[in-house]
Amino acid sequence: MNARTDFAAVGQGAPRRALSRIDPALVSIVLAAAILWFAPVGMGRYGTYVLTLWLVMAIAVMGLNLTLGVAGLKSLAQAAFMGIGAYTVGILTAKAGMSWYPAFAIATLATFAMGIVVGFPALRVRAHYLAFVTLAFTSLVWLVLRNEEWLTGGTFGLSNIPRPTLFGARLDDALSFHRFVVVVTMILTLAIWWLLRSPWGRAFLALRENPVRAASLGVDVRAYTLLAFAIGSAYGGMAGALYAPLVEFIDPSPFAISASFFLLLMVVAGGSGYLFGPFVGALLGVVLPEWLRFTGGLYLIIFAAIVLLLLIACPKGVLGLAEMLWARAARLVRRTP
Amino acid sequence: MSELIAYLIVGIATGSIYALAAIGFTLVWQTSQTINFAQGEFVMLPAILVLLAVKLLGVPIPVALLLGAVAFVLLFGVGFKRFVVDPMLPHGVLPLAIATMALAIIMKEGAKDGFSAEAQSFPSPFPSDAIQILGTAISLQFVMTIVVAFATIAALQWFVTRTRTGRQMQASAQNPTVARILGIPVERMVMLTFVINAALAALASFLISPIYLAKFSNGETIGLFAFIAAIVGGFNQVRGALLGGILVGIFDSLAAAYVSTSYRLAVPLALLVVIILVKPEGLLGRKEERHV
Repeated sequence: MNARTDFAAVGQGAPRRALSRIDPALVSIVLAAAILWFAPVGMGRYGTYVLTLWLVMAIAVMGLNLTLGVAGLKSLAQAAFMGIGAYTVGILTAKAGMSWYPAFAIATLATFAMGIVVGFPALRVRAHYLAFVTLAFTSLVWLVLRNEEWLTGGTFGLSNIPRPTLFGARLDDALSFHRFVVVVTMILTLAIWWLLRSPWGRAFLALRENPVRAASLGVDVRAYTLLAFAIGSAYGGMAGALYAPLVEFIDPSPFAISASFFLLLMVVAGGSGYLFGPFVGALLGVVLPEWLRFTGGLYLIIFAAIVLLLLIACPKGVLGLAEMLWARAARLVRRTP
Repeated sequence: MSELIAYLIVGIATGSIYALAAIGFTLVWQTSQTINFAQGEFVMLPAILVLLAVKLLGVPIPVALLLGAVAFVLLFGVGFKRFVVDPMLPHGVLPLAIATMALAIIMKEGAKDGFSAEAQSFPSPFPSDAIQILGTAISLQFVMTIVVAFATIAALQWFVTRTRTGRQMQASAQNPTVARILGIPVERMVMLTFVINAALAALASFLISPIYLAKFSNGETIGLFAFIAAIVGGFNQVRGALLGGILVGIFDSLAAAYVSTSYRLAVPLALLVVIILVKPEGLLGRKEERHV
C-alpha cells in the first residue's frame, strides 16, 4: 500500500511547512460553510428553505457521487435510501417521540446495512446489474411506503415531524435549522474529502479506472465496491434524515424511481467524481426550478434537456466544462505575451 | 381451474408484449452497448402520438397508427441513434446510460405536458368478443395479441438467423472489427437495430395500450418489466427475452390474482432477485467472458 506510507510521511512532516500543505479544497469547504451560515439573512422564510433544501439534496448527491463518480457504480436506489432515512426519522421522532439524534444514527446505520444487503447480490455478478437490482429495490421500497399505511401513513404521509434541538435550544425557525444543516453538511463534506484522500478513496478510484488491475494489485474488489455503495447509500439515508424535519411532512412521491433518475442526473450535471460536483448539480436540480417557475411544469424537461446537451458536449459536467475552459484560457494567456 | 387458465392467457398476452420491448432492448444493447433506460417510455410514447394525431389532425385510427409508428421510428429509432447515441458513444457507456435517463424524463414529462396527465382509452385493433379455450371464455383481444406478438418475434428470429442482412447484423454485434474487415457495413447494421427497436416498441405500445390505457407514467412499469424480462431470459438472446417476458407476464398476472393487487409489482421483482442469485447469466443466456 503505497498511498498509506505516503500519508504517514505527510503526518510526520515539519510543522512549519504545514501551512503550504493545507489543501485548497479544505479551505473552500470551511469558507463555503461560513458564507452559507450568513447567506439566508434577508432571504425570508422561503428563500432559506430553498437554500437548506439545496444542501440536503447535495448530501444525497454527494453519496451517489461516491458510488457513481468515484467507484463507477450506477445506483438507482438513492431516492429509496433517502426515503428510508426520511421515514425512519419521521416514524421515530413524530410517532415514537424519540429525539432526532438517535433517530439520525439509526437511519444512517440502517441505510448503510441495507446498502450492503442490496449491493451484495448484484455486485457478486456484474457491476451493471446493480442498476437493475437497485431499480427493483426502489420500486419495492416505494410500494412498502405507499401500502403499509399503519406504519408510514400510506399516500397521506407523515406530518408534524419535529425539528431537532441543540443543547436545549429548539431549531424550529428556518434560519437556525438552516445553520444546523450547514454544519452537518460541512462535516459530511469533510468526511468525504478525507475519505477520498485515504487509501480507501484511492482504492475506490482504482476500481473505477481499472478493476482488473486493482484486483491484481491486491485490492479486494468486491469488498471495496460494496463499501463504496454502502457509504453512498448511508449518505442518502442521512440526507433523508435531514429532509424529513426540513419539510416536516413526508409522503412516498419524492422517493419514487424518477427521483432516483433525477439524483443521478444531478451527479452528472455537476461533474461526477469532483468533490464539489454534487453542490453544483444540486444547485441545478433544486434552485433552477425556482428560476424556471414561469415555465410551469416544464422545468423538469428543461433540466433533463440541459443535462442531455451537457452530456453530449462535455460528459464531465459543469465542473469538467469549467476545468476545460480554464485550461484553454490559461493556454491563451500564456501565448499572448 | 378455468380461472387459472384465464389468468395464464392474460399473463402470456401481456408477457409477449413485454418480450417485444425486451428484445428491442437487448438488440440495442448488443450492437452498441446502449443500456436504454428510456425503453419503458419508448413503449409509452407511440400510443400517445397516435392519440395526438387523431386529436390534432382528425385522421381515422388506422392512418393515425401508421403516422404514429412512422413518426416514432424516425424520431426515436433514427433520431435517437443519430443525435443521442452517436455523439455520446466515444465518452463511454456510463454517460450514455445516464443520457437515456434524461431522455426518459423528457419523454415522460413531454407526454404529460404536451398531451394529458390522465389515462386515455386507446382503441383496440381487435374485437373483444369472447371465445372458448379449454372451457374458459377468453377475450379475443388477448388471443390476437399473443398471435401478433409471437408472429412478430418468429419473423424477427427468422430475419436475424436466416437472412443475409440478419446475419450481418449478428456479426456486427458479436465482433464489429472483424465484421468491418469482412466488408459488412457495421454502421448501417447498428442503425438497423435501432430502427427495429423503435418498431418493436411501437408495436408493443399499440398492443398494450388498449389493455392498460395510454398514460404518460406507463413507462415506469413497462420499462421495469422489460429489464426484468431481459435479465431473466438472458441478456444476449432473442429466445431468452421471449421466455423472460412471458414468465414476467405470467408472474404479474398470477400475483395480481392470488397475492395482492397492491404488491403485484413485488412478485416479478422477487423473480429478478432469485435469477440474479441463482443463474445470473439468465435462463437461456451464455456466460460472458471477462476481458482483461
